[in-house]
Amino acid sequence: MDWQLMFESLPRFLAGAWLSLKLIGLSLVVGWALSLPVAFARVSRRRLLWMPAFAYIFCFRGTPLLVQLYLIYYGSGQFPWIHDSWLWPLLRQPFGCAVIAFALNTAAYQAEILRGGIMAVPVGEVEAARSLGMGTWLIMRRIVLPQALRLTLPAYGNEIILVVKSSSLASTITLLDITGVARSIVAESFAVYEAFLDAGAVYLILTFVITRVIGVTEKRLMRHLRREDQAAVPTLEPYGA
Amino acid sequence: MDLKGFGGQILVGAGLTLAVAALSLVFGLMIGGLGAAAKLSGRRTLRALADAYTTLVRGVPELLILLLLYFGGTVFLTWVAGEQVEVNGLGAGLFALSILCGAYTTEVLRAAVQGVPKGQIEAARALGMHRATIIRLVLLPQVWRLALPGLGNVWLVLLKDTSLISVVGLEELMRKSAIAAGATHQPFTFYAVAASVYLLFTIGSVLGISALERRARRGLARA
Repeated sequence: MDWQLMFESLPRFLAGAWLSLKLIGLSLVVGWALSLPVAFARVSRRRLLWMPAFAYIFCFRGTPLLVQLYLIYYGSGQFPWIHDSWLWPLLRQPFGCAVIAFALNTAAYQAEILRGGIMAVPVGEVEAARSLGMGTWLIMRRIVLPQALRLTLPAYGNEIILVVKSSSLASTITLLDITGVARSIVAESFAVYEAFLDAGAVYLILTFVITRVIGVTEKRLMRHLRREDQAAVPTLEPYGA
Repeated sequence: MDLKGFGGQILVGAGLTLAVAALSLVFGLMIGGLGAAAKLSGRRTLRALADAYTTLVRGVPELLILLLLYFGGTVFLTWVAGEQVEVNGLGAGLFALSILCGAYTTEVLRAAVQGVPKGQIEAARALGMHRATIIRLVLLPQVWRLALPGLGNVWLVLLKDTSLISVVGLEELMRKSAIAAGATHQPFTFYAVAASVYLLFTIGSVLGISALERRARRGLARA
C-alpha cells in the first residue's frame, strides 16, 4: 500500500465526489419530476395512458443502464438532425448524456415505486374525499400523494442508493466521477488497490450517510403514527421497553 | 433491419451473456447459501463476517467491484506467481458477478428461512425428525417458495449487470454491439439491437419466473 499516494489523491477524489454528487442530485430531481406523470398514467384506466407508461417502465427496467447510456451518448451522433436540434448542446457532452440517461432510468423505477404507493392508499379515503366534493387533482395533491410518498419512503431510499451506485457508469463515457478518478489514477500509476479502495470508501461513506438521512426522515414523517403503533403492538418485554 | 453481417457475432455475444449470467447465478447461489447459513448461525464471528460481506458488496458500485477484481486480480496473481499473469475479462467478470449475486442471495435466502414459521420446525422436531430430515422435508421446500420472487429479481439484475463486463473487454452482447457500432458508424442501430436482445431476455425470464412461482405455490391454499 502506497499511503502517500492515497493521501495525495484525496483532492482528486473530492473533485470526483463533487461531480458524482452533481450527477446523482440532478438525475434524482429530473427523474422524480418525470416519474410523476408516468406513475399517474400507469395507474390510469385509460389504455392510451397506461399502455405507453407500462412500455416506458418495462423498457427502462428491462435493459441495462449501460446500454441506455451508450444509446444516448454514442447513438445520438448517428442522426444528423439531432445535431441541429436544441438538444444537441446537452447531448454533445458526456455530462448532459449521463444526466439524461440516469434520469430516464430512475424515472422508470421511481414511477413503479410511486405506483405501489398510490395503490396502497385506502380506497375509502379517496371515496371520503370525493364525497366531500374534492376534485381529482385536489384528492391527488392532498390525500393520495402525501400518503403515497410516505409509504414509499424506504423504497425511495433504496432507489437513491441504486442511483449512487449506477452513477459509477459515468466513468465509461469519460467523466471523472469517483470511479473515473480511480480509473485514471490506475492508468497513470497502476496503483490498483490504492485507487479502487479509496473510491470504494468514498461510495461507502456516501451510501452510509444517505441511509442515515433516510432513516431520520422516515422517523419524522411517521411520528404522528408512532404512539398509536406502540399502543397497538404489544411488546415482548413484560413491562415495555 | 440491415445488420451489415454482424448478426452472427451479436448472437454469439448474446449466448455468452446468458452463459455468464447463468454460471454466476450458480456460484452466487452457493455463496448465498453459505452466507445465509452464516447469518443465521449462532456464532458471532460468522454473523459479523457475513454482515460485513453483504454490507460492503451492496454499498459499492458493481462496476468498481469488477474493476478492482480485474486490475487487482492481475496485480495479485502476478505477485503470487512471481511472473506476469493476466486476468481476463471472463474470469474477473464471473468472479465479480458471483460475489455480487452471492451478497444479494444471502439476504434473500436468510429472509426466506426466517419466513418459515418456527412452529413447523418445532412440530417436526416433536415428531422425532432429524436435523437433516427437517431441512430436507420441511425447510427447503418452503424456502424455495419464499425465496423465488427475490431470486427472480436477483437473476434479472444479474442479467443486466453482465453488460458491465464489456468494460473489461469480454466480448459478450454489449461488447459485440460496440464493435459493430464502431465498424459501421451506426451506434444507435447496434445499441438498439443490444437493448432489444436484453429486453427479450428479460421478457423470457419474467415469464419463466412466474411459471416457477406458480409451480412452487401449487400446494398452497389460495388466499
